[in-house]
Amino acid sequence: MTTAITIKSTSTDVSNLPVLEISNLAVGYRGNEGFQRVVHEVSLLVRPGEVVALVGESGSGKTTTAQAVIGLLAENGRLEAGAVRLNGTDIAGWSQKRLDAIRGSKISLIPQDPTSSLNPVKTIGAQVAEVLQIHRQGSRAEIDARVIDLLTRVGLSQPVLRAKQYPHELSGGMRQRVLIAIAVALRPALIIADEPTSALDATVQKRILDLIDELRHEYGTAVLLVTHDLGVAADRANHLVVLKEGRVQEQGPTAEVLASPRSDYTRKLLADAPSLGKTRSVSRSISPRIHGRDDAIVVENLVQDFTIGGRRDVFRAVDGVSFTVQRGTTHAIVGESGSGKTTTVRSIVGFQKPTSGRIRVDGIDVMSLHGDTLRRFRKTIQLVYQNPFASLDPRQTIFQIVEEPLLNFDCPPREERARKVQAILDRVGLPQSALTRRPHGLSGGQRQRVAIARALVLDPQVLVLDEAVSALDVTVQAQILALLDELQQALGLTYLFISHDLAVVRQISDTVSVLHNGRQVDSGFVEDVFLRPESAYTRELIGAIPGQRKPTGTDITRSMGAER
Amino acid sequence: MSRYVIGRIGQAGLVLWAAFTVSFILLQALPGDAILIKFLNPELGLGPEQIADIRASYGADNPLLVQYVHTVANFLTGNFGYSTHAGVPVGDLILANLPPTLWLSTLGFLLSLILAVMLAALSALSPFSWLRSCIQSIPALFISTPVFWLGILLIQIFSFQLRLIPIINPGPWQALILPVVTLAVPISAPLAQILMRNIDHVLTEPFVAVARAKGASHRWVLWKHVAKNAVLPTLTIGGILFGELLAGAVVTEAVFGLNGLGGLTQRSVNDQDIAVLQAIVVFSAAAFVLINLTVDLLYPVFDPRLRVRQGAVA
Repeated sequence: MTTAITIKSTSTDVSNLPVLEISNLAVGYRGNEGFQRVVHEVSLLVRPGEVVALVGESGSGKTTTAQAVIGLLAENGRLEAGAVRLNGTDIAGWSQKRLDAIRGSKISLIPQDPTSSLNPVKTIGAQVAEVLQIHRQGSRAEIDARVIDLLTRVGLSQPVLRAKQYPHELSGGMRQRVLIAIAVALRPALIIADEPTSALDATVQKRILDLIDELRHEYGTAVLLVTHDLGVAADRANHLVVLKEGRVQEQGPTAEVLASPRSDYTRKLLADAPSLGKTRSVSRSISPRIHGRDDAIVVENLVQDFTIGGRRDVFRAVDGVSFTVQRGTTHAIVGESGSGKTTTVRSIVGFQKPTSGRIRVDGIDVMSLHGDTLRRFRKTIQLVYQNPFASLDPRQTIFQIVEEPLLNFDCPPREERARKVQAILDRVGLPQSALTRRPHGLSGGQRQRVAIARALVLDPQVLVLDEAVSALDVTVQAQILALLDELQQALGLTYLFISHDLAVVRQISDTVSVLHNGRQVDSGFVEDVFLRPESAYTRELIGAIPGQRKPTGTDITRSMGAER
Repeated sequence: MSRYVIGRIGQAGLVLWAAFTVSFILLQALPGDAILIKFLNPELGLGPEQIADIRASYGADNPLLVQYVHTVANFLTGNFGYSTHAGVPVGDLILANLPPTLWLSTLGFLLSLILAVMLAALSALSPFSWLRSCIQSIPALFISTPVFWLGILLIQIFSFQLRLIPIINPGPWQALILPVVTLAVPISAPLAQILMRNIDHVLTEPFVAVARAKGASHRWVLWKHVAKNAVLPTLTIGGILFGELLAGAVVTEAVFGLNGLGGLTQRSVNDQDIAVLQAIVVFSAAAFVLINLTVDLLYPVFDPRLRVRQGAVA
């Protein structure tokens, strides 16, 4: 493996002293067999006011590297070699006590998950004030005033009210703004942003990244951006550092790396990343003439109300959604959290009774089903969930997991079950040796294959894929998408694909419904919706997809699409 | 909010009624009764007719349902009946035996809280992982210590060997010291275990990393962020443990010869004194229900997430 550690000076006007200089960093974790090294000889530079993106898939060591910089490695982690120079001072060997003095003031953190990154039992104001109190920034009244200033600056409405509220009373985007306020409070030289928007909706992600950009310009703060999303990195970073298995694959100015990647791995990463430039590789012609005759799913005017609190308050989660899905094609339901996409799917699968409307799946009126007919209906439609780590029982072997649906239905004899399980495992591209293993012995991609095998073992007509590739790394995501495509062609399956990721949707589906606040704001063929969106919301959604900005003069979309 | 409170109180009432009814049925199903035990004694020389008369005067020959309705009505008016064995009102009997148990369990519970918090704090602040795992194994030792053995051991050491606490005619406070310690040690174990586990869990929460990234020291984080989050889940188990204590520390009272509810329960079972047992069951259930109700109503005070949301929904 060739490790390129040449660091080119991107421009001449930056000051000569980098804010952060990591050289030959090595980090290990204590495991069963002593320390295992997960970060090897990582070197990089962050200059004042610059954004450097650490890009890589899960397990690449990007978060570990970032944690090592701020001295917050997990308890079993250890910085084994190398230097971490902050404004020229090596802080690699510093004690926690010494680091406490610079954390929050010279170097700060924007964490990944805003929902769990604020203390649930303390007010927003108290948590912003804390960083000022720790570093003794003025009197009580001064701090209180500063907190309101900061909350105003990060764009929170009604900052005085927000300061008195608790985290659960704020949305995810608002919480991330609070965390940004904490990070910039003391105008640090460096902010480490660890996947700062991965848990947020696309439109919120864009606004948050814009805010970080804005504050960075205002305060002259440098940012080390850790992300798995090449689009985000391409949009926001001056400099890219690509990590794989704890080693730097290549690094350089963003435009250069994207336009002419030197390492094979970067090329693969760029090719696998979903982007707006990609459409269905095999474009199937959907003929409107047979419309209505061969529809696998028909949803008409679906309405779903929920009562909240008292009996009088009714919340309409889904409001008049209609679409049809032709057999053998893929229909995507797109929307952000709270859009009603999950509720729609739960009605279609028969998990809940809709308030009104009509649903037919494979000719069956879903709303008339109950008891055993509803149970039988599950043979027709099967689900694959988002999280392959949570949707498989850790105590069952892969064979038991895939076999279970057969036991629940016709329960064929043992040999036939074994034959069926083996056949379906082949089908989804898993080795037979996986049969005796348990989920924890498999990778994320393999687990999702198991989940697909479990869904397919009953020979269903329709497969509902609820964010089925959202939790996977891009290279694995590309493999699973290819598998789904192949299965659809071989078995004539109909897919209902639920996703928040428009780029993936464009890549896999034929038709699409865009939901917003329970209403269907756009629907039709994917190409029509993407090229000529009718609603302002769809336009905003498409505009929020990362990887479209050209800060460095390169069209990432085109360069990524060109890889195919 | 008030609707929630009324609902919880209603549930509490239901639990009390169920406890009463179940115990009534079970106690009536027992073979024999206190009247037979007391008056069938051959030395009294009572004939079968006389015993039947006595039974009638106690109302023991009424149909079960009539007895049930009677007892419910009496309990509701605060009349718990008479002890067949001692011949005094059951209410007086319980009141007389309550203070030692109340002191014992309250002090025992407080001491167990202090022990649990101390253990948890020591483990959280210990700088070495080997020391922490040592401290974390102490609760397992505590919980597997038999109460009667610990009580006797404490008496051996402090009363007989060191002669610090007189065993004959101790003062009212001196008499409580050893039983309180005996009671507190096993009770502190589950509390400490839950507390330690919660602390370890909260320490892995992302908001702790954010606090550290603000420059907060380990102690600051423990005190200002971890403590409250770790204590919240222990409230429930604390309430249950305290309820169990009140319901009777039979063994501890027996070892130290205290005249509490535990002792009373034990004697009443021996004598099949159904009226007393029925009242004790209802009293224990009431104590249990009341403590748990208090805990449930206290939760929203400590945890803002459980307060009823005001204003518009999302």
